[in-house]
Amino acid sequence: MSVVVDTAVSSDAAVVTLADLAPRRSWRNTKSSLMSALMGLAFLIVFVPIVTLVFTVVSKGAGIVFADFPAWFTDRIPVRGREVGPGMGPAIIGTLLITFTASVLAIPLGILGAVYLNEYGKASRWAQIVRFMSSVMTGVPSIVMGLFVYVVFTLRFGLSGFGGALALACLMLPVVIRSTEEMLRLVPDHLREASYALGTSKSRTIATVVLPAAFPGIVSGCLLAIARAAGETAPLFFTIGIVTETNPNVFSGPNTALPAQIYSNAFTIFDGAKERAWGAALTLIAITFFFTVTARVVTARIQKKR
Amino acid sequence: MTPDQDSRSQEPGDPPPSADRTSSAEQHDAALVASLRSGLHGGREVADRAFGAVSRLSGTMVLAVLALIAVTMVGRSVDAIRWMGTDFWVWRRWAPPEQYYGILSFVFGTLYTAVIALLLAVPISLGIALFVTQIAPVWLRRVMVYVIDLLAVIPSVVVGLWGLLVLAPNITGFYGWLSDTFDGWPVLGSIFGSNPQGRSFLTAGIVLAIMITPIIVSLSREVIETTPQSEKEAALALGATKWEMIRGSVIPHSKGGLVGAIMLGLGRAMGETIAVALTIGSALGQITLNALASGNSMPAVITAEWGEADALKKSALIGMAMTLFVITIVVNTTATAIVQRSQKRTRGAV
Repeated sequence: MSVVVDTAVSSDAAVVTLADLAPRRSWRNTKSSLMSALMGLAFLIVFVPIVTLVFTVVSKGAGIVFADFPAWFTDRIPVRGREVGPGMGPAIIGTLLITFTASVLAIPLGILGAVYLNEYGKASRWAQIVRFMSSVMTGVPSIVMGLFVYVVFTLRFGLSGFGGALALACLMLPVVIRSTEEMLRLVPDHLREASYALGTSKSRTIATVVLPAAFPGIVSGCLLAIARAAGETAPLFFTIGIVTETNPNVFSGPNTALPAQIYSNAFTIFDGAKERAWGAALTLIAITFFFTVTARVVTARIQKKR
Repeated sequence: MTPDQDSRSQEPGDPPPSADRTSSAEQHDAALVASLRSGLHGGREVADRAFGAVSRLSGTMVLAVLALIAVTMVGRSVDAIRWMGTDFWVWRRWAPPEQYYGILSFVFGTLYTAVIALLLAVPISLGIALFVTQIAPVWLRRVMVYVIDLLAVIPSVVVGLWGLLVLAPNITGFYGWLSDTFDGWPVLGSIFGSNPQGRSFLTAGIVLAIMITPIIVSLSREVIETTPQSEKEAALALGATKWEMIRGSVIPHSKGGLVGAIMLGLGRAMGETIAVALTIGSALGQITLNALASGNSMPAVITAEWGEADALKKSALIGMAMTLFVITIVVNTTATAIVQRSQKRTRGAV
């Protein structure tokens, strides 16, 4: 294209065309591309540990998990580290039981708390304090939570799965509150107003209109909280103890869980125990990924609906 | 108008007016009208108020738990702190057989590994967050967010296991090279000091960096995305390149939030227990700039020494937990305040 610019014609100066005005490959552009490349590189740098980590866990863990198939999931844990071979049943059951109990404790409380923040408290001073403190609580180290439950619960009632569940519930609570409040905030006000206009009371409106509208989002937030809780190790040390037999009773007697088994097997010098640690790691990753991917699928479905 | 405001103006609407500010007679009238209107559901208001109270109580649980944590931590650590006095915090000597408990070296280890983790994680996380939000095409954006989210849920004990059994044995060669190369340099010489260990401050820092990267990425992504489109377009319209647009519009706009995100990452790194316990090397009394030396951190010591501890030692360990709690609370409170303030500001601007 060679459109001649008017002013250039009248004078004797050189004719300026649009091609001249187009940006040239200057230092500024090079710098911009360079910085973009660096940012992309940052992602690749993170990609390396993820890939090696997942690859190692799968390659070292798959062998023992799938050796004479259901044995890994059903057999008891070998008492001696020297012993080779599978058996992580008690820890798998323990993890599922404790995480489930923690969810039962934390999710209803968390959702109600979020309902308070978004539907009742709103911008009131008390609600703001609660909101602020719940984000502070998200940062309480898990080991502090474990010791806290040890002092208030385990010292009195002894080691049990329930103590672990209490500690995990304390860790989950602020996460559930935050994610649920975000979701409630997305529910448009006209839905609430329509419900009030029909003469419905506030509590009924929340139960039948607001919560169902936000339901998928709440589910996805809770699943992520569960995934996080299932992988927590530190609080379990002080609260559940460690056993090698299945203990289906959450409320009494010491229990065990996958993270605790990974930790206690990691430091041994025996190959059999180390292999079991990898197997437990693979099982644990599979469990947390399952919850995360389900949460993702739920979120994706909501987005499609919109 | 929301129903809350309705009730405040004392109209006999639904839901009924709140107890404050209305006289009991007015309240009674309003309630009567409301119940007549809605077809005489007498118990409804009670249910309504009960629901509100229950939800308020659940919200307050957060405060109760936090307060209870503070009380129990202080109450249980009082024995050890009385026994040691301020020596508890200012001495590095940790000698349980002699009932001498100084936690300074563990405080140092916690802070040092967290700082290393931040130095590694912050540039990478901000790079990823900017790349995902400003540069990557939409399809790639989705894939990257997915990968980062998966990284976020890998349990810390698994990262620790990998750090202990894969990273630590394989990285010693590199550490040796670092130590030799920087030998005699002014600052780097003491950071990459002699006698490198596989399990060391740096290994723990790397493992922590892997764990806090997804947190910083997702928080800063949220902040960056609040930059108004108009400001970015204005920069581009003035002839700015993409990088100049990021420096001129995006970063100034989200600075506060980014600082908050980094501090939340810091809080996370300091509280992390298991991954550090597995990779830091469990050496007592280490206070050294040498990142290649073994050390210990507060949470790692608590886990490792809890099992065989007597009453006084347990009290000392809880005292350590309390110290950790106080440090993380200070960091997190500041971070949260910064984030909330910047959110308020950016929302106001839109």
